[in-house]
Amino acid sequence: MAFHKVNVTINGEMEQVVVPSNMTLMRMLREILAFTGTKNGCSAGECGACTVLLNGEPVNSCMVLAVECDGTEIITVEGLAGDKQLDPIQEAMIQEGGVQCGFCTPGILISSYALLKRNPNPSEDEIREALVGNLCRCTGYVRIIESVKEAAKRS
Amino acid sequence: MTINTHPTLPEFEYVRPETLAEASEFLTRYPGEARPFLGGTDIFVRMRDGLITPNFLVDVKKLDGTNDLRFEPQAGLTLGAAVNMNRVIASREVQAHYPLLAEACRSVASYQLRTRATVVGNICNASPAGDTIGACLVFNGVLHIHEVNGLRQEPLAEFFLGPGKTTLKPGDIVTAIHLPLPPKGCAGVYLKLGRNKLSDLSLVGVTALGHPDPSLPSGYRFRLALASVAPVPLVPTQAETYLANQPITPETIREAAHLAAEACAPIDDLRGSARYRKEMVRNLSAKALSEVWEKLK
Ligand SMILES: Cc1cc2nc3c(=O)[nH]c(=O)nc-3n(C[C@H](O)[C@H](O)[C@H](O)COP(=O)(O)OP(=O)(O)OC[C@H]3O[C@@H](n4cnc5c(N)ncnc54)[C@H](O)[C@@H]3O)c2cc1C
Ligand code: FES
Ligand code: FES
Repeated sequence: MAFHKVNVTINGEMEQVVVPSNMTLMRMLREILAFTGTKNGCSAGECGACTVLLNGEPVNSCMVLAVECDGTEIITVEGLAGDKQLDPIQEAMIQEGGVQCGFCTPGILISSYALLKRNPNPSEDEIREALVGNLCRCTGYVRIIESVKEAAKRS
Repeated sequence: MTINTHPTLPEFEYVRPETLAEASEFLTRYPGEARPFLGGTDIFVRMRDGLITPNFLVDVKKLDGTNDLRFEPQAGLTLGAAVNMNRVIASREVQAHYPLLAEACRSVASYQLRTRATVVGNICNASPAGDTIGACLVFNGVLHIHEVNGLRQEPLAEFFLGPGKTTLKPGDIVTAIHLPLPPKGCAGVYLKLGRNKLSDLSLVGVTALGHPDPSLPSGYRFRLALASVAPVPLVPTQAETYLANQPITPETIREAAHLAAEACAPIDDLRGSARYRKEMVRNLSAKALSEVWEKLK
């Protein structure tokens, strides 16, 4: 199987990696670059735990080939916070208790962050629709939705 | 027995041709071994499940014009193969002229999956459950196909042969779906029944479009397309013809919905039984036609 050289910007840093054709973006992030904030829940596009931003838009990184990411910009959950300051969605998630085991949280943060970028004042229905691809087995979603509302107020 | 809950993709070679000609040539050289792909949201899942084992995946996303979404007031909408569903939903022109297509796209999976999933991929996958196929059918969509010998056009209505089976031959690449101008004064609706309110594959999907047509005895033409109830996306022509010839009333709408249900040949599967599906086609077709009729009159 052929290997491909991939140049990507991840959370603002340039990286060059060599990947086999069948490696997904999720595996490249976790297994080569050690960005283990991106989680592997299902490897099938269902759960959203692997959600990252690819050129500013959320994708399931388990459903994207690493080789397709040559020349792109990627933001993972590690890239949301500034040096000393959490992003408002991270702060709101802590304040509202939107985290239990935390496995879904990286994906939820990325999806919510992207939602607030494209729609700074989402209705509850819009929040639910934006998070439909992020499954959470713990919280029952209510506090996650409250967190997104709170973050909208703050930002 | 061990169950691998996180299977990785099997080995294959990734190929990205520079031109359509090169892509078709490559696909013809390796029939059965090479497949085109767009978002990969169908093909990767099937590869992981071991259902297909292509040796080459040919990325057709960056080729000549496949990224264009173009509306021409005289000709209609041309949707490049690589245009993802979120772009379709966000397009002002789609919202203004083909809101039914945007509504169908919005019912697919999740926001992050729609960053990758395409309408053309949904069509080429040829699943009877494909949510966006109905809208493309009722707008009389035409596929633009690049083949080794040039280009051809094919009406979507003649494209599907069975589950996963289409008229495509090795080397064929769908470059776009074209939707003619929508009929004047039309209104449409897509009703999708899933196991939950959002994001599931359809158990039954009903697309309905209606518009005034003075040449018909009823004065209106209704189009219907049904998802997940036959080996291919189904257009119940008997129901359409019936409504072209009868005055539109609650009774004739019920009769048309009955004809739609009779046209179906659903199967039992994990999402629902055939009997249930048929009943739901009857109910949802009546609901869809009534909603469209309310918007029209
Ligand atoms: C979690 C999940 C949820 C989903 N939910 C839904 C849903 O609610 N509704 C729904 O309808 N679908 C759903 N799907 C299925 C899938 O996302 C859609 O069918 C999607 O539109 C496929 O588009 P794609 O670009 O990813 O196709 P690909 O996977 O890239 O391709 C699909 C098929 O078409 C062929 N093909 C691709 N491009 C071309 C071309 N240009 N010319 C010729 N052949 C081509 C490929 O070889 C392949 O067989 C879901 C999938 C997942 C993983
Ligand atoms: S791991 Fe990618 S969606 Fe579940
Ligand atoms: S907090 Fe445990 S899965 Fe969401």
